[in-house]
Amino acid sequence: MNSVANTIQAVPLNHYILLSAIIFSIGVMGVLLRRNAIVIFMSVELMLNSVNLLLTAFSVYRGDAAGQVFVFFIMALAAAEVAVGLAIIVMIYRNTNSIDINVLNRLKW
Amino acid sequence: MNTLIIISVLPIVLLYLGLYKAQKALLPVTIIGMLIALGAAVMQWSDNAQPIYHGMMLFNNFSIAFSVVSIVSTILILMLSKGYFEKISSHIAEYYAIILFSLAGIVVMVSYHNLTMLFVGIEIMSVSLYILAGIRKNDFASNESALKYFLMGAFSTGFLLFGITLIYGASGSFDLDGIRDYVLAHPRNIDPIFYTGVLLIIVGLCFKVGAAPFHFWTPDVYEGAPSLITAYMSTVVKAAGFAAFLRLFSASFGSIATFWSPVLMVITIITLFIGNITALYQQSFKRMLAFSSISHAGYLMFAIVALGAASANSVFVYATAYSIASIIAFGALVLVRQQTGSDNVEGFNGLARKNPFLAFVLTVSMLSLAGIPLTAGFVGKFYMFSGALLQYKYIMVIVAVVNAIISIFYYFRVIIAMYFRSADRSEVVVPAYYKFVLGFSALVTIAIGVYPALISSLI
Repeated sequence: MNSVANTIQAVPLNHYILLSAIIFSIGVMGVLLRRNAIVIFMSVELMLNSVNLLLTAFSVYRGDAAGQVFVFFIMALAAAEVAVGLAIIVMIYRNTNSIDINVLNRLKW
Repeated sequence: MNTLIIISVLPIVLLYLGLYKAQKALLPVTIIGMLIALGAAVMQWSDNAQPIYHGMMLFNNFSIAFSVVSIVSTILILMLSKGYFEKISSHIAEYYAIILFSLAGIVVMVSYHNLTMLFVGIEIMSVSLYILAGIRKNDFASNESALKYFLMGAFSTGFLLFGITLIYGASGSFDLDGIRDYVLAHPRNIDPIFYTGVLLIIVGLCFKVGAAPFHFWTPDVYEGAPSLITAYMSTVVKAAGFAAFLRLFSASFGSIATFWSPVLMVITIITLFIGNITALYQQSFKRMLAFSSISHAGYLMFAIVALGAASANSVFVYATAYSIASIIAFGALVLVRQQTGSDNVEGFNGLARKNPFLAFVLTVSMLSLAGIPLTAGFVGKFYMFSGALLQYKYIMVIVAVVNAIISIFYYFRVIIAMYFRSADRSEVVVPAYYKFVLGFSALVTIAIGVYPALISSLI
């Protein structure tokens, strides 16, 4: 296991932070700009996975397992969210024959 | 901690009852189980609670008080739901089970002592709520509400997680005490990513409690979801969100308040104005309540901006007052909607002549939400404002008072519709369950208003 930790530590921590921040921003832009519910959903997953990457990096740099355990929690709960979220999207597709979120404009001020 | 175990096991029992077609037993079993959980929570009342499960949870008086409020509000809402879910589908055991699962998440949220548990609690609660918002499978509004809630909820979870990660990166700990110790040990040179983390956590939590500028999902979701689910979301969930918010900020970030309190102050002021001014234009009673819940989020935020020893208590009093008054409002809305078929304020015209009791309890609820003296809402606002004045936050209090005056306008529109507008209508049938819940809530509202010492020095 030490060799894995050494390999991860060969890259400076700042690079991990930057990479994660970039992936996270791509996810945020995807949620804000795209109109397809599935693509928005994928962008959210991208956000969560950038967090996972960063947690793992911090965890290795600190030699503390808590961060990696947190990653398992995120994965488990992301899976639960996928199950519920896809069910909601399927329900909407059955009713409207579309997964474009622009059709969802019945509730407005 | 038995409370959490009971509330987690109870829904599984309910699912079995549903499997064996024991529809009649569902509500009694739910309520009895929750009363046992309530008793288990009260039994643990003590002044020297220690973190349990390796520092993951801390079930102290703060947690007990908020668990009790959440459980009692949920019991009241479930009593209103008798005969309500049957109209949506024949499989009603699932609804009770999912509501209880989300309540289990809420108990975790109010008693966490580690950011892992905060995340797990928020997710258990949210994932259940996504399902509940969309339980009317063939109704467009309910579908739309579920999808919007789901996408925004998942999005905000991302921000919350990124914030937690950055705080972990700076402090090396998920534990609330560990983070506090890190902040205290580095008074001058806190890592910049720690501050970024605090800001991202604020964004994530503001999404969850529906504070402006992260409130835009709230009105749509609240309007589209079935009314009783909206009642649950805007009372129990909101109170729990603020309990979690307050616990994190008072336990860990208290010593860097100069950094985040201006941010929260701006958020509070925007929230108050957006909530109250937009509520003025609403024709739909349900949507008006949604905006009013945004403005109440603004008032609740006061306790966090003016963080002090009394903050926990004022959030508790305010959340109790607000929850009870909202339950009355939503209960009355469900009844009136069954008769008139619309959510509009006009539906309440002339209600006082045919249903004096219903009109009276709704008046009490509106007065309490507006913060008129001798109701619980006034006591809540009093504690909030006095806490802010103690820290010389005059501008905030002036803004809040102006907003309270604006809010009187739209709350009184309902009262005027009930008492002074006439309309041809028949009597709304109020079932016994509703009479009990509405009467009990109105009584509690007035009791707290007249004698605030009942709950004001609990925590």
